[in-house]
Amino acid sequence: MTEDLATIVARHRHDPRRLVEILHDVTEAYGFVPKDIITELASMLAVPRGHVEGVVGFYAFFSDEPRGAYRVLFSDGTTDRMGGSIALLERMRASFGLQGEETSRDGRLSVGTTSCTGLCDQGPALLVNGHAIGGLDSARLGDVMALIRAEAPLAAWPRELFAVRSNIRRRDLLLATAITPGDAVSAAARRGRDDTLAEVARSGLRGRGGAGFSTGAKWGACAEAPHEPRYVVCNADEGEPGTFKDRDLLADHLDLVLEGMTVAAFAVAARHGFLYVRAEYRFLFAHIANALAARRAAGLLGPNACGIRGFSFDIELRRGAGAYVCGEESALLESLEGRRGIPRNRPPFPVTHGYDQRPTVVNNVETFMAAALVARDGASVLRDLGTRTSSGTKILSVAGDVERPGVYELPFGVTVQRVLDEAGASRVQAVQVSGPAGTLLSARELDRTIAFDDVPSAGAFTVFDDRRDLLAIIEHHSRFFAHESCGFCTPCRVGTTLVARTMGRIASGHAARRDLVDVARVARVMAKTSHCGLGLMAGNPVLQGIEKFRPVFDARLRPDDALPTFDLDASLDKSRDVTGRDDSEAHFTEEVRP
Amino acid sequence: MTTDRRTFTLDGHDIPFDEGQSVLDAALAAGLFIPFLCHKPGYEAHGSCRVCMVRVGGRWQASCTTPAAAGLEVESTVEDLVAMRREIVQFLFTEGNHFCPSCEASGNCTLQAVGYELGVTTPHYPPFSPTRPLDASHPEMLLDLNRCILCELCVRASANVDKKSVFALSGRGPTKHLVVSAESGRLADTSFSADDAAAHVCPVGVFLPRGQGFRTPLGARKFDVEPLRVAALRRAGGT
Repeated sequence: MTEDLATIVARHRHDPRRLVEILHDVTEAYGFVPKDIITELASMLAVPRGHVEGVVGFYAFFSDEPRGAYRVLFSDGTTDRMGGSIALLERMRASFGLQGEETSRDGRLSVGTTSCTGLCDQGPALLVNGHAIGGLDSARLGDVMALIRAEAPLAAWPRELFAVRSNIRRRDLLLATAITPGDAVSAAARRGRDDTLAEVARSGLRGRGGAGFSTGAKWGACAEAPHEPRYVVCNADEGEPGTFKDRDLLADHLDLVLEGMTVAAFAVAARHGFLYVRAEYRFLFAHIANALAARRAAGLLGPNACGIRGFSFDIELRRGAGAYVCGEESALLESLEGRRGIPRNRPPFPVTHGYDQRPTVVNNVETFMAAALVARDGASVLRDLGTRTSSGTKILSVAGDVERPGVYELPFGVTVQRVLDEAGASRVQAVQVSGPAGTLLSARELDRTIAFDDVPSAGAFTVFDDRRDLLAIIEHHSRFFAHESCGFCTPCRVGTTLVARTMGRIASGHAARRDLVDVARVARVMAKTSHCGLGLMAGNPVLQGIEKFRPVFDARLRPDDALPTFDLDASLDKSRDVTGRDDSEAHFTEEVRP
Repeated sequence: MTTDRRTFTLDGHDIPFDEGQSVLDAALAAGLFIPFLCHKPGYEAHGSCRVCMVRVGGRWQASCTTPAAAGLEVESTVEDLVAMRREIVQFLFTEGNHFCPSCEASGNCTLQAVGYELGVTTPHYPPFSPTRPLDASHPEMLLDLNRCILCELCVRASANVDKKSVFALSGRGPTKHLVVSAESGRLADTSFSADDAAAHVCPVGVFLPRGQGFRTPLGARKFDVEPLRVAALRRAGGT
């Protein structure tokens, strides 16, 4: 029975900040967000209709067009493709007589793609009405198609199909240390607010989301900011293709995550927390809700949390809705407030003007875990591991051409080769660290280390052996950014599409040298002038690809074409001059010259 | 140079500023031009078009969203920066359907004027040639989205000045587009009026008054009689 809109809106207290949650519930009830429901919803929430339509149109998981009763979305991650997802998708479409994104005439089925769903170690994967099915092969896809043909209700599908297993292969500090819930918060309380902040700063803990900002400095700035109430937000929106470590951290180590959030709340005097989890991890939601309920029942959340008089703190689970950009902290806050996930202008920063324009700490899942251990055991627990500038450990999602894909925790400073050895890799052509936005390493760079001042990583570590078509991978990564660009700023909105199209021509052998110059120039425009990290990094696959794998590009370019009229390296003279740089990174080396 | 007010430097010139002023507004008030599209003096800085990019102490930033601060060293009229701005304007010409010779807004169009200012002669890149609808439902005004550059000035004017919120944005990335806040999607089904601020804020030619095409002949239009930089500086009270 379709749930009444009024009931849904009432459950969310008519709060327009909960619009993303409301739209999830509407989608659950109606299969999509009908146009008349948008009108009615806007009226109930007292917001302009265009606002609701804009939010529906922003998130990949919402649509105002009817879709199939079964909505199948194949995960279009790098490793899904490596595992043959495109052939599986085409087989399914052919089997049901579907062309492209269309819905079958009987309204039963639509088949499309979605960005990487985080089952890279157990792919290819798909979502059916939001529920993940991994480990796809011909037989398993056959089972899925048979169930759809039989019009079996999703609830009657074998549970085994939806099983997602945690895949932790190596444990170090964070994953091997047992903690009694409440212990870290109690230790923080004994130490006091100021000393807890000082201890976190002393530990050298830096944000595990990739940017590496000092957690102690962030918490300190938030604690000092006026205008209460303060908020603590856990960013569990990992969306970079190739990453899945937060999936296992939330599944197996959730108590340590919640403990860390509570420590942060105590340290900055926050009363409310949000755990923002990507909608692709739907299979975790019940588990998370249960864990929160258990902590409330145990007195670890709520009034006088963890037995600390006057410390009231609770955590709310919030769902993303298919938008990679919401991993950017200010876009995440916009999403939490029920808006399109457009990164904010800064300053002001979230530590002073975050959720609801109040001081807010936003940290990665893994950062909160490390913070909890620091609160319990002191700064040395991190300081004794890793490197001088990167203390502690890093949890990596290793996938691609390896024998043992999975989650690996290793001390910072570990070489890329060591990670490859742990996971079992041979004939390595390239390693993509931290997803397409991160660093593409060639086989000559495997002695480099995972560390903030060498190769930083938000988590992804994807291996390509020498049988892979690197240009197709770079094209795919470029298309990912075009799909995920929020569209706010010109360079990213237009540049990502220009790069994706040009890379498509290059990868398919329909490009000349001039196209290579153009694509590099567009990538540099994005890298210099974009509004947020997504756009600033969106040119990385192309720029690093050209820098490190130039012969691969050259071999695919048409030889009979005109030479470029634009000398890239010479055009950088002024930049090098004003930035005082003349290192190799500041050059398109002579390799680029015709 | 007086030292009553605090200053920053722009290409070596001392620029005085008021607390809370952006680098862009302070520069314009001091008579130094930085091109821009999505900004409108008096409106909250937006930072989306990225045409007003400068370098502040070596960091690339949009001058409209960078608060002026004493001692900043800002670069603006240097070749690589101007080249970047030119690229961004080329991107906009590539993205939309812009046919200046036959456009009713030619001569009044800030995108065209910024293009001239920066020496843009072609879009350079293969045009996207999107299919965008024309909304001819309203008795007073045509809405031609072919020219929309997604600066959101009409969205902001309608929400903040007119208090009507007639316009909004939907989609994202390459599918981002302007929407009219009505279930039909038609302008006629909103409270929009040709007197709205939103009707007069568009820097290109999306809003076209009906029944008066080419009333001012080409050659006698806004930027034909007063170049963009002169107009912008005069409005900012700099010269």
